[in-house]
Amino acid sequence: MVDAVQDQDDFIPPAEVAEMELYHPKSWLTKYVFSQDAKVIAIQYSFTAIAIGLVALVLSWMMRLQLGFPETFSFIEAEDYYQFITMHGMIMVIYLLTALFLGGFGNYLIPLMVGARDMVFPYMNMLSYWVYLLAVLVLLASFFVPGGPTGAGWTLYPPQAILPGTPGAEGGIVMMLVSLALFIVGFTMGGLNYVVTVLQARTRGMTLMRMPLTIWGIFMATVLALLAFPALFVGAVMMTLDSLLGTSFFMPDIAQFGEQLKYSGGSPILFQHLFWFFGHPEVYIVALPAFGIVSDLISVHARRHIFGYRLMVWAIVIIGALSFIVWAHHMYVSGMNPWFGFFFATTTLIIAIPTAIKVYNWVLTLWRGNIQFTVPMLFALAFIVTFVNGGITGLFLGNVVVDVPLSDTMFVVAHFHMVMGVAPLMVVFGAIYHWFPKMTGRLLNVPMGQIHFWVTFIGAYAIFLPLHYLGFLGVPRRYYELSDISFIPDSAQDLNAFVTVIALIVGAAQILFLYNIGRSMIKGEKSGPNPWRATSLEWQTPQTPPGHGNFGQDLPVVYRWAYAYGLPDATEDYVPQNLPPDQITSDYDNSKLSKPIAQAAE
Amino acid sequence: MNLFRQLMEKPWLTDEGAVVEIRSGRTFALPREKLGLRLFLAVVMVIFSLMVAAYIERKVFSDWHSVPLPWILWLNTVILVLSSLAMHRAWSHARRGEMGGVRSWLSAGGFFAIAFLVGQLLAWRELVATGHYAAVDPSNAFFYMLTAVHGVHLIGGLVAWGRTIAKVRRGYGVVLVRMSVELCTIYWHFLLLIWLVLFVLMLLT
Repeated sequence: MVDAVQDQDDFIPPAEVAEMELYHPKSWLTKYVFSQDAKVIAIQYSFTAIAIGLVALVLSWMMRLQLGFPETFSFIEAEDYYQFITMHGMIMVIYLLTALFLGGFGNYLIPLMVGARDMVFPYMNMLSYWVYLLAVLVLLASFFVPGGPTGAGWTLYPPQAILPGTPGAEGGIVMMLVSLALFIVGFTMGGLNYVVTVLQARTRGMTLMRMPLTIWGIFMATVLALLAFPALFVGAVMMTLDSLLGTSFFMPDIAQFGEQLKYSGGSPILFQHLFWFFGHPEVYIVALPAFGIVSDLISVHARRHIFGYRLMVWAIVIIGALSFIVWAHHMYVSGMNPWFGFFFATTTLIIAIPTAIKVYNWVLTLWRGNIQFTVPMLFALAFIVTFVNGGITGLFLGNVVVDVPLSDTMFVVAHFHMVMGVAPLMVVFGAIYHWFPKMTGRLLNVPMGQIHFWVTFIGAYAIFLPLHYLGFLGVPRRYYELSDISFIPDSAQDLNAFVTVIALIVGAAQILFLYNIGRSMIKGEKSGPNPWRATSLEWQTPQTPPGHGNFGQDLPVVYRWAYAYGLPDATEDYVPQNLPPDQITSDYDNSKLSKPIAQAAE
Repeated sequence: MNLFRQLMEKPWLTDEGAVVEIRSGRTFALPREKLGLRLFLAVVMVIFSLMVAAYIERKVFSDWHSVPLPWILWLNTVILVLSSLAMHRAWSHARRGEMGGVRSWLSAGGFFAIAFLVGQLLAWRELVATGHYAAVDPSNAFFYMLTAVHGVHLIGGLVAWGRTIAKVRRGYGVVLVRMSVELCTIYWHFLLLIWLVLFVLMLLT
């Protein structure tokens, strides 16, 4: 593709960037419900994602109750347990994390941070949310069909997923597949918006390399999602046909209950390839926005420019590209040519390099920074530790010889919960504490935030470190209960009971968090437009929360990157991206940006 | 300045430069709608590539029996080519600002597309009538799935086409219609290409 700006050094575009036609809502309904404003859509996405995430949280409690205290709860049968693990996994990975990072933070932050009035296709953006909501409702409805939701495990491997004997084979599995297909359709509508907005709708002066890393992370994750979700879509369509029409895309010749089934000649492994061709990039769809956001949190709260910005951007791009050629490391035990195993183990080790570079750069950003231990910063620091922890066990599992004995044990469960459960959630929490003042104009309560942080952080380790150990003992994942397995000592059960108690406590801490959000929205301390004294554009809006169109009369003009902290000559220790160069020193008092009264809105 | 050069910038150096580089915030010299369509085509391309990969992967096994292709598929192919050509004519009229030509050729393009879909349904009916149900053989299953997914994409295109033709009929000026016609045309050519690939793959045994 040709480039926008011709190679003319003297070329300066007209002072007015072509303004997009902004849709102006006329009624309450089009302003707050069927809204085309990315900020409203973001909040709709976030609330829906968090609501369905709470369902998954309750499901995890049920699983832990069963594992910790087997044969105690009569309302948890083996079938229920399979349904709980399946729905918990699918909801957390796709309907919570993907939707929250891209639909929630993506929608809110992209237009604000790149200096646009809105997404480029607002109507499609609105549809994106409503299709997502429909997908969530279909998923919830599967709890109420005969046979209940699917219990095939979150990977939905055929042939068992659609055969009698697996819970939900009657209808739940089809609901699940339809819901996934809907989610993908909805996401694609949103994803096209995010990518085109980042590429084509930035304000003047916001070059690609001046974008905050948050935007880079969300942007690359969206590109990954656009290219990876089709694999899941194809798999879902084909499995739906297998289930409803009796085709044999994934179904081999198979006998069940002594009876030859009508299926013949399909390949279950084909589904695994399709699933993981989506499934591995999915890890990075969740991780890359987290990488980006955490970079910004660390920079802002350590009052220091991000170390190695350019390398950080390239690492995001390289990780994104590599994430498409590692998928079969999820399939070592499915049987494959040893050379394939060698190839995928090697790529898995290689992808650790750009990831490690990012970790080093975060640490080097902190080095000699003026670290403020605000709540967002605590969560950001917790992310680094947790991500390293989970990433290193990933290197173990990426090697065929280590993976084979550990496969399908609790070690795997502990690994992926650390690396793509706890770590991204730390960023989600940090990001909410960080941007809540911009969304509402009020600060979250700090003591409550600190309690929330410490219980969640220590609790997460108390839950998942023991699971690594259980995995070493050989405790299998997905088992309803452990009874009389000779190689597993009885003390494993005590550990399981301990984990369950901690899990209930950590869950309760999330209720405190939700209470904090609700209370602070109404009674929280006024934050002013820029409480963290940050440089990026979303903090420089004339109104807090930002009004319709984000930036008032004129779009901001960007003069520098988003990491201008502690410049030697500047009056303040931060210089906003849109502050003209002649106002950095002396005469311009940019501290007035931080005063609450500067809010034109109120 | 290409994309690579944009990524080679060192933002920390240009910081307080006397001359502030003020560029318009576009990465590519493309209208937003066109870039959006290209991205969407990339997504669709991935879907069809994966389905074709699965198709070929299954086809190489020795127990593969190709579905007897109904002759009407040849006719449908010709109709889809005509549809694409008509859309292209509509686009060239739109570029020259001749709304009369746009109107008639756009209508023709949509008409041929609908005719193609009807033809595909007839092909399905013929297969069903001769007992070639989806569940009977993997080859049948792939035939129904590939034609259905292609057809659904064409129906999606017809929605966009319907909105465009509504604008034309309401007498919108050529400036407001040109982009829509162009996007429809690109999409039509793309779906024709996909269909040709699928058809050739089905013909090869």
